[in-house]
Amino acid sequence: MQVPAPIEYERATSVAHAIALRSQKGDEARFIAGGHSLLPMMKLRLANPKYLIDINDLEELFYIRENGSEVCIGAMSRHRDLLDSDLLAKHFPIFLDAERVIADPTVRNRGTLGGSLCQADPAEDLSAVCTALDASCVITSSEGQRVVPMHDFHVGPYETAVQDNEMLTEVRIPLRPGGGSAYQKVERRAGDWAVVSAGAAVWIDSGIIVDGRVGLAAVGSNTPSIEPAAEALKGATPSEDLFQRVGEIAANNCSPETDGRGTAAYKTHLVQELTRRALRTAVARSQGQEV
Amino acid sequence: MTTTATTTATDTATDTATTTATDTATASEEETTPDERPIGFGRLLRKEDPRLIRGMGQFVDDVSLPGMLHLAILRSPVAHARIVSIDKSAAEAHPNVVAVITGEDLAAQGLAWMPTLSNDVQAVLATDKVRFQHQEVAFVVATDRYSARDALELIEVDYDWIDPVVDVRSALDQDSPVIRDDLENKADNHIFDWETGDEAATNEVFERADVVVSEEIVYPRVHPAPMGTCGCGANVERVSGQVTLWCTTQAPHAHRTVYALVAGLPEHKIRVIAPDIGGGFGNKVPIYPGYVCAIVASLVIGKPVKWMEDRTENLVSTGFARDYVMKADIAATKDGRILAIRTNVLADHGAFNGVAAPVKYPAGFFGVFTGSYDLEAAHAKMTAVYTNKAPGGVAYACSFRITEAVYLVERIVDCLAYELDMDPAELRLKNFIKPEQFPYETKTGWVYDSGNYEPAMRKAMDMAGYAELRREQVERRARGELMGIGVAFFTEAVGAGPRKDMDILGLGMADGCELRVHPTGKAIVRLSVKTQGQGHETTFAQIVSEEIGIPPEDIEVIHGDTDNTPFGLGTYGSRSTPVSGAAAAMVTRKVRDKAQIIASGMLEVSVADLEWTKGAFSVKGDPSKSVTIQEIAMKAHGAGDLPDGIEGGLEAQICYNPENLTYPFGAYICVVDVDPGTAVVKVRRFIAVDDCGTQINPMIVEGQVHGGLADGVGMALMEIIGFDEDGNCTSSSLMDYLIPTALETPDWETGHTVTPSPHHPIGAKGIGESATVGSPPAIVNAIVDALKPFGVRHADMPLTPSRVWETMQGNHTPPI
Repeated sequence: MQVPAPIEYERATSVAHAIALRSQKGDEARFIAGGHSLLPMMKLRLANPKYLIDINDLEELFYIRENGSEVCIGAMSRHRDLLDSDLLAKHFPIFLDAERVIADPTVRNRGTLGGSLCQADPAEDLSAVCTALDASCVITSSEGQRVVPMHDFHVGPYETAVQDNEMLTEVRIPLRPGGGSAYQKVERRAGDWAVVSAGAAVWIDSGIIVDGRVGLAAVGSNTPSIEPAAEALKGATPSEDLFQRVGEIAANNCSPETDGRGTAAYKTHLVQELTRRALRTAVARSQGQEV
Repeated sequence: MTTTATTTATDTATDTATTTATDTATASEEETTPDERPIGFGRLLRKEDPRLIRGMGQFVDDVSLPGMLHLAILRSPVAHARIVSIDKSAAEAHPNVVAVITGEDLAAQGLAWMPTLSNDVQAVLATDKVRFQHQEVAFVVATDRYSARDALELIEVDYDWIDPVVDVRSALDQDSPVIRDDLENKADNHIFDWETGDEAATNEVFERADVVVSEEIVYPRVHPAPMGTCGCGANVERVSGQVTLWCTTQAPHAHRTVYALVAGLPEHKIRVIAPDIGGGFGNKVPIYPGYVCAIVASLVIGKPVKWMEDRTENLVSTGFARDYVMKADIAATKDGRILAIRTNVLADHGAFNGVAAPVKYPAGFFGVFTGSYDLEAAHAKMTAVYTNKAPGGVAYACSFRITEAVYLVERIVDCLAYELDMDPAELRLKNFIKPEQFPYETKTGWVYDSGNYEPAMRKAMDMAGYAELRREQVERRARGELMGIGVAFFTEAVGAGPRKDMDILGLGMADGCELRVHPTGKAIVRLSVKTQGQGHETTFAQIVSEEIGIPPEDIEVIHGDTDNTPFGLGTYGSRSTPVSGAAAAMVTRKVRDKAQIIASGMLEVSVADLEWTKGAFSVKGDPSKSVTIQEIAMKAHGAGDLPDGIEGGLEAQICYNPENLTYPFGAYICVVDVDPGTAVVKVRRFIAVDDCGTQINPMIVEGQVHGGLADGVGMALMEIIGFDEDGNCTSSSLMDYLIPTALETPDWETGHTVTPSPHHPIGAKGIGESATVGSPPAIVNAIVDALKPFGVRHADMPLTPSRVWETMQGNHTPPI
């Protein structure tokens, strides 16, 4: 049994309470949601927070709902909730694709969307999903709320825009017509972190891609949104050539490193291959095909 | 599926145990189902499972004694360094810490070093140098586990860095740092040279052969990674001097004797108890420094002390497996007659030679690298070296290096098939040892007891639909798809072993067994071997049941407690059924012989006039006159006279010394699909036809095969204990050391043939490691076959998507 260093622990009873505790304890405190990233790191003593603020009782953060032109997801929504959501399946099948290959059912029963984004692991799948969907993050403090787009949310590996007196409370995804999305992941084994993942989302009107985005995981110190890929997709007509070209753009705009999961050359190849596949499926789905 | 699968005659071995006894049954045709509760052999749900699946197992970590203290070990952060100083004062000042012990403290008691199972020595706690990352440096004993762990961080150690030896290929270079400067006159990192076979004869064959194919084949370092990590609870009673050790050991008796020999503890005062131990796979054969530390701590402090390693400690410091770099050559005629195989092996044994192998076999049973083929000549050379890595070597269901040997031969035969453009199944069929050649002595001196290879191979091919698969492959290749079909055929050598040849640290490898039948006809059988999940409590009850007719549920199997079982060397190398299984049959026959004499008194006929049907003796020609074994048991313990010269009671004890090893074999076929775009390998099908001789419980046999096949998928596709250039272990958690899940493994298709062992009392051979041995080459051969359009002849494990893709690009590199 691996045992963490001594900690103090408190269960927050509301978002306001959680933020108050966090403000009081500062950078020696961590929120604990599902705990599937933080607890292993604590057991390995790679993370040694002095205080844990447990936010699992914050029922106000468990929701997935349509709100006008957005889908709003409470930060404490579990992977399992995302996987089971008809609303997400209908509008953003990329969630279904990704959640099926995130960890295993035990982890998915506990791990949360907010925890995944805040862990800010460069290999985290939901960050790539949210990037592809052009999501934004609602960050709450005692002063109120601010909304940060995904591309500003991660400021470095394991670092986010959330300050010591703040908390990620909601993720918002714009609802637009003609949308289609998909996720592709290569892993060495079910439940492993991605060797490379690629998510893609497109919005198509009259056969033209009005907007399209690619989100990648595990290919650099941060989860990049590939702006040149978005530029290439905008206004283009879907075709295998386009998917190939955007795949190449994605491959040229990431910086994977050689490690136990694979060589940099292989990962670069995968970015191209998986981006192409994700785009192909996303386009098919936007046209109502079941894929 | 029409033929019958059971070979239940108790005296198979003494009459028809030749290859002609082989049938070609498959696994789905058993005559009994678990519901029918066979008396003797047959499918039977495992007796141990209700306990284990209800969470009522008793594991070492469940042992808790009043006042028990907890021990944690400080490990080296670096692979090679001189210890300059250790400051333990802050740790000692921790309020919950009872003691902090360093190597220097142990050295003062003469306990800083201990012998390994290969007659090397290993540091219990480092005194002079650390020789691998995570080596044991000091330990803390505290009132709870958390405090012990916390206090480790308060110990200050000053290390003076030395360049580590990480690359096995450069370990013997002139300028390589000497790791084992603790050994007298040691000026290099050489451990041993070993060879087998006839070098001159082999070279002569190679010179005249039409075709010679050479390949460097690497079997990387892997880890057993049992679900339960290693640990112990030690209790030294100061007044009586009694030492009780609850320990994760696969070999309780061997451990007890080694403690007696090493520490000078009187052996009758040492009791080793191995309760449920949570898996082993060879990982729990060695004696680890942690066990010694716990005993010393209990001795010094006078209280019981528990040490349980965590997952990281298990992966980084306990017995690994493999780590062989094998240069292989195969010689053949141009029409595919294999003439000879030779190999030159570089073996990485880590910082201490910790392999558990019989003394005369430093390379284990690697000599069976000639495989299942009738060769003209064979020769192997091996050099073993020290490196700055964790010690070990024999673990992970390796059958004493047979895993490496089988991988070598099955890979190089496939390389030959590639060069000859021959079907790999046909090439094997052409070269098998023929049934009439058994017992067959190989060119390296191993005497295969029995075998009938072609039917097993044909059966696997039939189950696979081999010809159809090859047709499908042609079609898929034409479409640019990558489908591979891998074939492997293995022969194992298990059941060590005959005491004339085999011992561990001087302890002969024969096994005792004791059987008592109680007055009411219930029985208790006591064994030296130790289950780690293989189902001994069921299998051994069935062996006794088969021989004496008492239902298995009426037979208690006692094992894992040295005070309550006869001496024997434990469970590893698939030896339990070949050795202790034979002992159980023989001791039961001894009891049955006595029962027959008692029955003759009860029925008032001569012994010769009695015949045995399972569970009862009856008078020949008058079956109405009979007595059951239960009635005989009561008579043996009851009132009234027994036949002249017969003592009361119904029990016996024996020690079984195997005449030879047993040689199980099998034919495996694997079908894979490789995604041409991502290089991800999907194991589509796996067909395993095993022959382990007589099957005692076919359900358990299948379970053993399933587990071993999953092992094989792990090793072939994802498992490796890796090191960076500084000797840091890069596989220190289960996030980095991957073990396959149900999603990576197909539905196994198993079948079997039955070729009994001629020398084993019930004709049984070991099955525990067959699938682990046989499956990696089948999977690798399948992947290499899938990559044939890229001109790939060989690729090393683990075949992760990245390694497969690099191979497709022509950039294959060995993993070490």
